[in-house]
Amino acid sequence: MSLRLRLDKPWTPLTAEAATRLPGQLGVYQIADAQGAILFIGEAGARSPFGLRSELLREAQNRGPGCQFRVEVNMQYRSRWFELLMVHKHDHGSLPPDNEKNPPPILGRLSPA
Amino acid sequence: MDFEPSEEQQMLIDQVRRYVREEIIPLEAKMDPDASELDPADHKRLVEKTKAMGLFGIDIPKEYGGPDIDIVTRVLLAIEMAQHRAGLYVPCYGTFGGAGLAQIFEANDDQKERYLYPTLRGEKKAFFGLTEPSGGSDPARAIQTKAERKDNGWVLNGAKIFISNADRAQYGIVFARTDASKGRAGITCFIIDSDTPGFHVRRVVHTLRSSHYATELEFKDCWVSDHQVLGEVNKGFAVANDRLTRQRIPYAAGCIGVAIAAHEMAIEWAKMRTTFGEKLANRQAVQWMLVDNEIDIRTAKHFTFEAAEKARRGLPFKIEASIAKLTASEGGGRVVDRSMQIHGGMGMTKDLPLERWYREMRIRRVGEGPSEVQRMVIAREILGSNLR
Repeated sequence: MSLRLRLDKPWTPLTAEAATRLPGQLGVYQIADAQGAILFIGEAGARSPFGLRSELLREAQNRGPGCQFRVEVNMQYRSRWFELLMVHKHDHGSLPPDNEKNPPPILGRLSPA
Repeated sequence: MDFEPSEEQQMLIDQVRRYVREEIIPLEAKMDPDASELDPADHKRLVEKTKAMGLFGIDIPKEYGGPDIDIVTRVLLAIEMAQHRAGLYVPCYGTFGGAGLAQIFEANDDQKERYLYPTLRGEKKAFFGLTEPSGGSDPARAIQTKAERKDNGWVLNGAKIFISNADRAQYGIVFARTDASKGRAGITCFIIDSDTPGFHVRRVVHTLRSSHYATELEFKDCWVSDHQVLGEVNKGFAVANDRLTRQRIPYAAGCIGVAIAAHEMAIEWAKMRTTFGEKLANRQAVQWMLVDNEIDIRTAKHFTFEAAEKARRGLPFKIEASIAKLTASEGGGRVVDRSMQIHGGMGMTKDLPLERWYREMRIRRVGEGPSEVQRMVIAREILGSNLR
């Protein structure tokens, strides 16, 4: 009865227009390059003024064109963020490159069946 | 029994209260409202402070280098340490240090060298693996994880669920059935290193406590030597049960601390907030909610101190620990709920700690033995141990 481990929604081009259409809710998101390689896994926590919308708008402005994103609205944004990072590390052997630059202080080990 | 703190206890209470208000709460104002961990630099700085206060390693017995603090004083301090946003489950973000799992003090000398001392030095962390998908309230019967003899050791197969920190720990204490015919007398306690082949952390279990997750574990042909048996074969249930009973007292204290903090917020708000030309504090409906808060808090404090005092004197305290856990977790939940009601819409927001306390306090009625099990324990004690 476990929930879905990985985000598997289709990617959307990361633009300011796309970000402004997002809900102002809390959750998690992934940023990928044009080929779909994940660059960053982020969380939209309760300090974000407009949740996912604020975070993705900031990402779009900082990264410029050529990236893609997908989001998941999730009130358990903290534990879901940790989960996505651990699953990525299990699948790829390392964190996404932009998370590697500033990793969370403690990250556990997960070996999904 | 006199539950008024002594002069020395009051000094410690004041010291910890100041620490929470001056060091912890200001940091939380900048953190995510659901965060459970401090920035490592802040954590290190605050650990130095608690060491300077002489209170680091507060749960470590004196003979192992901990401060000599009795359980009643420990309860008084636990009530203070819980009075911040993350305080119910992560009092002061662990800056007072931890003693690790109580059972590991029962280890033999070799195991103490490998597990206890590194844990006390902060080099190793542990998890406690008791609950299984088949149930947690009745571990003696629900444990289905099997350990079978093989090659001078044991092979474990099975699963555990709702296990905190298993993905981050270096070892864990795991309970498994070693004799299927003996019920609670057929359970053995093992120390399992996290890198043992066949040990897997399969998934994160998301709960109301969004800041901190539990995990589900799988043991698949996980072989450990005889040196990993903690205590005696088939006597593991006593180890688990002793821990569950003792843990109920500080568990209750944490609930009381959060209830006090919520109640103080509600009083302050009621004195300040005006509706229809009158302060909330002047409304009888609000006054009665505050009175009920006060009664719930005083009731929980009374029973928790009674349990702690009996434990301090070396008297049996099983029934008292259950009553403390029951009154503090249920009463604490009611206090937080009423305090949210008094705050109105603001009480529902993540701007205030109330919503986090509300979610986390709900778990307390289930964790460490649900209310129904506590009532069952009390019923057995007052009606006779042969009652089933």
